[in-house]
Amino acid sequence: MPLTLTSDERAMLGGEAAGANAMAMRILVSAAELLGAEELVPVTSAHIDGCLHHGDGGVEFAERLVAGGGRVAVPTTLNVGALDLLHPENVRADAHKADMARRQMDAYVSMGAEPTFTCAPYQVGHLPDVGEQVAWGESNAIAFVNSVLGARTERYGDFLDACCALTARAPLHGLHIGRNRRAKVVIDATRVPPSLKRRDVFYPVLGTWLGLEVGREVAAIVGLPSTVSRDQLKALGAAAASTGAVALFHVVGVTPEADTIEDATQGDMPTQMITLTADMLRGSLARLSTAEGSELHAIAVGSPHFSIEEFEALSELVDGRRFSLPFYACTARATLQELEDAGRAGPLRDAGVEIIADTCVVVTPILPEEGGVLMTNSGKFAHYGPANTGYDVVYGSLEDCVDSAVAGRVTRNELVWAW
Amino acid sequence: MVMGRVLVPGTGDGRLLRLRAPISLWGGVDPVAGKIIDPRHPDFGVSIRGTVLSIPGAVGSSSSSAIMLELLRERTAPAAVLMAHADAILALGVVVGQELGYETCPVLEVDPEALRAFPDGTHLHVSADGSVTAAPQ
Repeated sequence: MPLTLTSDERAMLGGEAAGANAMAMRILVSAAELLGAEELVPVTSAHIDGCLHHGDGGVEFAERLVAGGGRVAVPTTLNVGALDLLHPENVRADAHKADMARRQMDAYVSMGAEPTFTCAPYQVGHLPDVGEQVAWGESNAIAFVNSVLGARTERYGDFLDACCALTARAPLHGLHIGRNRRAKVVIDATRVPPSLKRRDVFYPVLGTWLGLEVGREVAAIVGLPSTVSRDQLKALGAAAASTGAVALFHVVGVTPEADTIEDATQGDMPTQMITLTADMLRGSLARLSTAEGSELHAIAVGSPHFSIEEFEALSELVDGRRFSLPFYACTARATLQELEDAGRAGPLRDAGVEIIADTCVVVTPILPEEGGVLMTNSGKFAHYGPANTGYDVVYGSLEDCVDSAVAGRVTRNELVWAW
Repeated sequence: MVMGRVLVPGTGDGRLLRLRAPISLWGGVDPVAGKIIDPRHPDFGVSIRGTVLSIPGAVGSSSSSAIMLELLRERTAPAAVLMAHADAILALGVVVGQELGYETCPVLEVDPEALRAFPDGTHLHVSADGSVTAAPQ
C-alpha cells in the first residue's frame, strides 16, 4: 500500500516550496516511503540530535529550515552540541568550527527547541507517558524512551528528528506499532550472580553483549533484580544502542511493557532463548578495553550525561581525595545548575573533576591533545572513544575510575567479575 | 543480476565492498577521508569512497545521517549503498543531500545472501530501477 496523507499533511507538503514545513514534509514523506509506512502518525514530543556539528552540511540544513520560517510544533529538547556554551574554554575548536557549531545550536533554539543540550533529556524533565507517540533522535535516548518510559519512537537520526518536530508527525512503522514491540529474543540472566547484578559496572557490559547479539531485534531480559535503577537501565541501553541497533528492550518485572514474560512477548513463542554465561560477559568486558597495563592519562564519565544520583555517588567515592589525572564528568546544564544550587559542584571541582556541560568528550575535542589511555565507566565512551578521540580505552566501574584518578594509574577491582 | 528495493533512487558504478560487520557511520567513518576509522571494525582503514558498499547492518549512532550527508558534501561517499535492512538513519542523509542539491548516490535494500553471487571487488552497476549487475569497466 502506498503512503496516504491526510488533507492537513497534503496542505503542508503543498505549501510554499522554500517554506520549512514543506521541506520538512518532503523529507518526512521520502522517509515514510522508504520505510514502507502507509500513513504518518501524530507525535507529541521530539528530541533533536541534529544540533551537533559534524560538518557544515548540518548547519546548511538547519539554517535552511530557519530561513523557511521553521518552528517546532511539539515540545522539543536538544541533544548535545559540539561546544560547552557555559565554559567555551573546555573545547578546542578552530574559529570556523566554533562558529559553525554555534550556528547549528542557535538555529534549533531559534526554531523553538529547548536549549537542553543533553543526550539524556529524560533526566531534565522530558518524560513522555507510556504509549505516547514521539519522535526522538540520539541512540541512547531512543532506547530509554522506548524501553524505560514505554513511549513509542523508532530510531530517528539527524534531520528526520527535526522534520518530525516541525510537522508533529512521524512515519507510522516499526516501534510506533504495538505489535512490533513484542520481544522475539528472551535473554535469561538468572544464573548471573546476584552480587554482580547489583553493581553498576555490570550493565554496560550486558548492553555491549546485547547489541552485538541481537542487533535490531527486541529482546526481553529475565532475571534482573527488581531494584535495577534508571541509571543502570540507561547504561544498558546506551551500550546496546552503540554496538547494535537496539531501540527497545524489555526487562521482565521492571519495564512498563513487561510485567510478565507473556506481556513482553505478547504471548508469542520467542524465536530465540539465550542463557547468559560467564564467557559471554567476559568476552564483552574484554571488548570494552583496547589497552592493557596500568598506564593512564585521563578519565571520563557521563555518557549518557551524568544524573544527580551519579554525581552523588561520585562525591561519596571521592571522599576528600584529590585526583592526579584529568577527570571529566559530562552532564546537562540543568543538572549542573542543580549541583551548583546544592553546593556540590565546588567540592568536586576541588578534587579535580572538570564538569563539562552541553557536550561531551567523544563528540568534540576536550581531552588533552597528547592522547594516550582513557578510563571510563561508560560502555558508550568505551565503544566510541578510540575512533573519535584517538585514545585507547580501559573500562572499569565508577569506583575504579576514581581510585585510578587518585593513584594516577589503572586500578581495577577484578573480583566483582568472579563467577 | 540482483534486484534491490529502491530506498533512494539513482545510478552508480563501483567495486563491491562487502563490510564484514555492521557499522555506525558516526564513530565508524571519517567523512573527510572517506575511510573506516573504528579500530574494532574488521574493515578498519578501508576506503569506502566510490565503492558499491554492502552494509550487513546499520547500528549505533543516530548521527550517522549527518555523517552520510558529510560524505556526500565532501565527495567521499560510496557510489551506491546496499543495505540489508532499510532504516531511517543512513538513507535519510542521502534524502537530505538531495534536498540540499548535493550530488547523491542510490541506496537500495538488498538481501546480502543474493549478493553472494558477486565476488568481492566485482565492478557493479546500480540502475535506477534497483537492479545490480556486474559491469565491465
